[in-house]
Amino acid sequence: MNNTLLSVENLVKYFPVRGGFLRRQIGKVRAVDGISFNVEESEICGLVGESGSGKSTVGKTLVRIYKPTGGAIWFKGRDVTKLTKENLGFFKKEVQMVFQDPKSSLNPRRSIKSTLEDPLIIHRIAQNRSERERIIGNLLQMVELSPTYMDKYPSALSGGQRQRVAIARALAVHPSFIVLDEPTSALDVSVQAKIIHLLRELQKEFHLSYLFISHDLSLMRTIAKRTAVMYLGRIYEIAPTQELFANPLHPYTRTLISSVPIVFKEEQQVKPMNQSRVGEIPSPVNPPSGCAFHPRCSLADEICTQKLPELVEVMPGHFVRCHHVSFNMPSVK
Amino acid sequence: MGDKHILEIQDLHVYFRVYEGISYVIDGVSLYVGKGERVGLVGETGCGKTVTVKAVMGILKIPPATISSGEVYVDGRDILTMSPKELLQIKGTEISMIFQDPMSALNPVFTIGEQFYDVIRFSQQRFNDRENISRYRIRKKMITALEEVMLPDPVRIANSYPLELSGGMRQRVLIAMALVNNPKLLIADEPGTALDVTIQAQILDLMSKLVENKGISVLLITHNLGVIRETTERVYIMYGGQVVETAPTNILFDNPKHPYTQGLLSSVPRLTGSEFAEGIPGTIPDYIKAPSGCRFHPRCNYAMPICAQKKPPLTMIESGHYVACHFYAKPGGQDE
Repeated sequence: MNNTLLSVENLVKYFPVRGGFLRRQIGKVRAVDGISFNVEESEICGLVGESGSGKSTVGKTLVRIYKPTGGAIWFKGRDVTKLTKENLGFFKKEVQMVFQDPKSSLNPRRSIKSTLEDPLIIHRIAQNRSERERIIGNLLQMVELSPTYMDKYPSALSGGQRQRVAIARALAVHPSFIVLDEPTSALDVSVQAKIIHLLRELQKEFHLSYLFISHDLSLMRTIAKRTAVMYLGRIYEIAPTQELFANPLHPYTRTLISSVPIVFKEEQQVKPMNQSRVGEIPSPVNPPSGCAFHPRCSLADEICTQKLPELVEVMPGHFVRCHHVSFNMPSVK
Repeated sequence: MGDKHILEIQDLHVYFRVYEGISYVIDGVSLYVGKGERVGLVGETGCGKTVTVKAVMGILKIPPATISSGEVYVDGRDILTMSPKELLQIKGTEISMIFQDPMSALNPVFTIGEQFYDVIRFSQQRFNDRENISRYRIRKKMITALEEVMLPDPVRIANSYPLELSGGMRQRVLIAMALVNNPKLLIADEPGTALDVTIQAQILDLMSKLVENKGISVLLITHNLGVIRETTERVYIMYGGQVVETAPTNILFDNPKHPYTQGLLSSVPRLTGSEFAEGIPGTIPDYIKAPSGCRFHPRCNYAMPICAQKKPPLTMIESGHYVACHFYAKPGGQDE
């Protein structure tokens, strides 16, 4: 382990469920229920899970769009959760986010230039208009768009071009860490390939760190160095990506990988055989007791319904949260 | 004509009259689905997949759309020349459709049972006029259909409103509705793309099983190549309103010939983690000023002068494998 850029300790984010008399709190959505992980300098770390697993909430909490309910986020030696609004400026400049749907993350009534100008003004990066224009021109070139796009509006751009603008906006403040929340899931594969290549090039050029959130396992396999698998607000397995796909240990990870519809013959070898893939993700308002995956798991027995397993390191860097893995290791392919 | 095929489209041309001019979207699409066959139609956003299917279902809005030429046969009958009344008899009973978004395909203000009732009732009125089956029989038929799609507690489901069900359950309900009248052809437009991979896999397994048992032909429209490989026997690749390549699915995926198909397949990230190509240069064409000849030529690495002048015909390069590319039509120009 070398230089840790961002370290999350036992992060918790609950959303209140209101109802009844005077809209009292009658329950809570346990969107993120105690997760810990590190992101190293210039590392691409992946986060996969089904919808409702809380992966986007993790992303939004990391950039402080949401205020965490509990836990700590250490960034460059400071606990970000303790910072007041006035001191948050430094963090907001270092950490940026790119959202899933570029159609809704760009303001349709503002030109590209006006959209990209905002971070430069807020963080006092450029002094005057001509300097800002020069920087915006450079930013657009960085994402392989012609500076002539400056005066266009999002409606004149294709999905891929809009996502490039969203990436340029994130880059405007020279961040060291970017949360990418499903940046290509709204795009066609041939466009996705271009955006992924761009993101990788930018990562190398500026030594950026990414938290790459996606539900696309094949994509994760290609881009992330380390991957965490989330289910109902908790991490159930985390390992170097190569290791995770070669040797998935948690039944949930195996279910996910075996569900991917494959395109090429050679991918068949990666898929776990005879993996049961039943059931749906339960509601995070009322999660199952013990291991949250037990209602869908073929290995589940009594202990799984009672006790939440610990996240255990079974191999160097490979952590799994399952009662059955340590005793009953599935065959290693 | 077309007796062997449940669906046959011949040289379909569709254009739209829009503010900027005339948008020639579908440019001579021909395809067929054999009896009991599962066929895929693949293409990226804006390639004309949905317009093609809408033309088949007779739900294309005319105007702005105009079907300028072409024939569409369903079980040997030309549906483009049919009266709306005749067409209505075929829809919902001989051809069924599953739409992409299970959230919006169901009416939120009626229960599943009420919507089901309409679907079954509709087909009854149509055929055996005399045999006006009872509410009880309809309900029984519905419960069986819901059981077939592995929904737990079908009685409760029938009394629920769509918003009480999860996305996966809604998609199952839609499949049950589409199959309840035993159609001959099922058209599925991106089934499961709005769902998670685990749910999608369950839905596709289920659909394949039901369709096989009942001997229903399927036309599956999607941009997800993995779904195509796992569920279809034969596949058409569309680009810019033209079919550019067609072959049995495995042959096409293992040995793509058209430069567009090659570019598309090489852009797909793989579970094995091997490197993927940097997409296809350029963007999809503007249909108002559609490129002449082969519509892919401005983005093609192998483009020759002839590509801009003449539309390449679908040419057979091996048994069942057809490619519309001048590169293969020329003798001696086999592989790259």
